[in-house]
Amino acid sequence: MGMSDNKKRNITRLIMIAVSTLFVAVMLVMPLFMVIINALRKGISFYLKAISTPTVISAFKVTLIATVITLIVNTFFGITASILLTRYSFRGKHILQTLLDIPFSISPVIAGLSFIMLFGRMGWAAPALNAINEMLGLNIRIVFAIPGVVLATIFVTFPFVSREIIPVLNAVGSDEEEAASLMGADIFTIFRKITFPHMKWALFYGMVLTTARALGEFGAVNALSKTRGETFTLPLEIDALYLSGSADSIVAAFAVSSVLVLCTIVILILRCIVEGKSKMNASDRDKTGKLSEGIGYVP
Amino acid sequence: MYLEMKHITKSFGDFSVSRDVNFSVEKGELAALLGPSGCGKTTILRMIAGIEHPDSGDILIGGKRVNDIPASERRIGFVFQNYALFRYMTVYDNIAFGLQVRKIPHSAVRARVNELIALTGLDGLEKRYPNELSGGQKQRVAFARAIAPEPDLLLLDEPFTAIDAKIRKELRQWLRDMIHRVGITSIFVTHDQNEAVEVADRIIVTNKGSVEQEGGASDIYRLPRTAFVSEFIGEPVIVEDFGRLKGFEKGNYERAIIRPEFVEAFKSDNEHFRDMLPFSQNGIIRDITFKGNAYELHLSVNGTELICHRSPERRAIYVGEEMNVIVYRLFAIKGNQAMLMQNKNFMEKDPDGINLEKYLYAEGGYYVE
Ligand SMILES: Nc1ncnc2c1ncn2[C@@H]1O[C@H](COP(=O)(O)OP(=O)(O)OP(=O)(O)O)[C@@H](O)[C@H]1O
Ligand SMILES: [Mg+2]
Repeated sequence: MGMSDNKKRNITRLIMIAVSTLFVAVMLVMPLFMVIINALRKGISFYLKAISTPTVISAFKVTLIATVITLIVNTFFGITASILLTRYSFRGKHILQTLLDIPFSISPVIAGLSFIMLFGRMGWAAPALNAINEMLGLNIRIVFAIPGVVLATIFVTFPFVSREIIPVLNAVGSDEEEAASLMGADIFTIFRKITFPHMKWALFYGMVLTTARALGEFGAVNALSKTRGETFTLPLEIDALYLSGSADSIVAAFAVSSVLVLCTIVILILRCIVEGKSKMNASDRDKTGKLSEGIGYVP
Repeated sequence: MYLEMKHITKSFGDFSVSRDVNFSVEKGELAALLGPSGCGKTTILRMIAGIEHPDSGDILIGGKRVNDIPASERRIGFVFQNYALFRYMTVYDNIAFGLQVRKIPHSAVRARVNELIALTGLDGLEKRYPNELSGGQKQRVAFARAIAPEPDLLLLDEPFTAIDAKIRKELRQWLRDMIHRVGITSIFVTHDQNEAVEVADRIIVTNKGSVEQEGGASDIYRLPRTAFVSEFIGEPVIVEDFGRLKGFEKGNYERAIIRPEFVEAFKSDNEHFRDMLPFSQNGIIRDITFKGNAYELHLSVNGTELICHRSPERRAIYVGEEMNVIVYRLFAIKGNQAMLMQNKNFMEKDPDGINLEKYLYAEGGYYVE
């Protein structure tokens, strides 16, 4: 009666495409586009000046330091955790697995505040920190200092790498590693020659996501960083510029934002390349398609 | 005895996978570990290899207890159920891996790998990756990789399951030849009794975590000792009321296993079987299935269903026809015991076994135990 099933399905598909395109355009592309437009509203030379003030430069540095350290720590941690969770069985494995997801389920602001509770002047870990400082004649501070910013960034991004690797390692299974170890290979050889090639694209993808998130983190860092020009990261600097309210500083806020947006776009492109590569890789090396299942996973 | 398993027990949590497993394999033998799916065969193999550890009991290789020797030092080659070839390495690197990790000089590695490539007929495929190989080629690579470091014992976990039925038969023969040529003591796991009977010198039948029976392939086939083995091996037909068959008394046995080759069916005018006529009883053909090299006949004999095979060379027969049926022997079951029971009419009326020898089995047949 009336339309055939096929036609109905086609129309449904068209509607779905229209809705999602509209959504993406209004919610994602337009705002980003507005950032660029606003950033350039007062001309190129204003733009360049706005992104090179001392506080912005300092924010660049802090962001860079936090991102690089986070990337290194979380890559190492992510690989270790994934191998531990997929290749070993031990008591409390499930608990560890659940704990790993905390950064996803907890508000970053709460994470930041909890660091203050832990390392702040009245915090639990404060006496230990003071003792270490006294003993070594140092003056390390965590809260309201760069170490705090780094810790907060690490905290909010730490599941990204393992989240990407774990499904891949589960999908490939441990047979090859078992075979290699039976032949007398040590764990480093096994990792280098067998485990790593399997997970390298997933790892890279996880690192890209970590970087993207580390660059943009606001909430947790905001709780731990109070000195503009010293411990502010780019997102905090943008916020400060915007809140100061003068017409110039609002444009400056957009100018600095546009830099972050640019970084994001570069990362998006990288991500596309990696996704393409890993898919190709998966079909290239594994006809069962197990691998691609794992890599296609996006949190 | 080259490999000895003594009182091995193993459980995963409260699930008992091995319960007092005992068996042994001689040097140079090709043994099959046969049992239904999930009965703990892979676990036994993994314990021998040292990937898994028994809760109690001893594993002896070459007379030496190896329980505490790490897997990599047991000199064991392992062919995994799905081969577990290194996906990111070429055929050459796969085979070379076990030699390279042992820090063997480059030139020696190359010589050994080339030798194995020639032996297994993989010439020209050295640079391929595993996904570019056929099932049979993968198996060869897995085999070459496992024996490359010259292990003393080769373990193969279901080496044929990942292969198409078509070439499986060919590969069985290939593997058997290859193992005998290399002369390596080997154990392979299978749940396919045909495969075990065809490939192995010795069969160890396992069920629910313990060994039911072990022995030479033909001994296991001819004389199963337990109910499980007699029902697992061959083409068993279970007959509850076998006292209805001419020449048998049920006594206090519970049931019988009758294989197709224990049953003869002929037409009453068959000259060839004239002497046998008095030993036979009537049966109706219920069904005929063509199996290529034989017909499978389903017969209804005095209320019991029997199966027998018939050569396509013989006279054509049809469903519903009446045949004369003789059951030569069967396995009578009581508890978990299986007893070979001969047709008593033959024993009494044909004490010299003339008819048996003439019509069915030559010397060394079932009468010789
Ligand atoms: N690591 C493990 N943890 C818990 N149970 C296990 C483990 N490995 C095996 N089992 C269980 O032990 C039993 C025997 O497993 P095993 O793999 O040895 O069987 P199998 O005889 O090789 O079966 P198949 O023919 O299907 O390969 C199975 O019920 C299985 O679920
Ligand atoms: Mg198995």
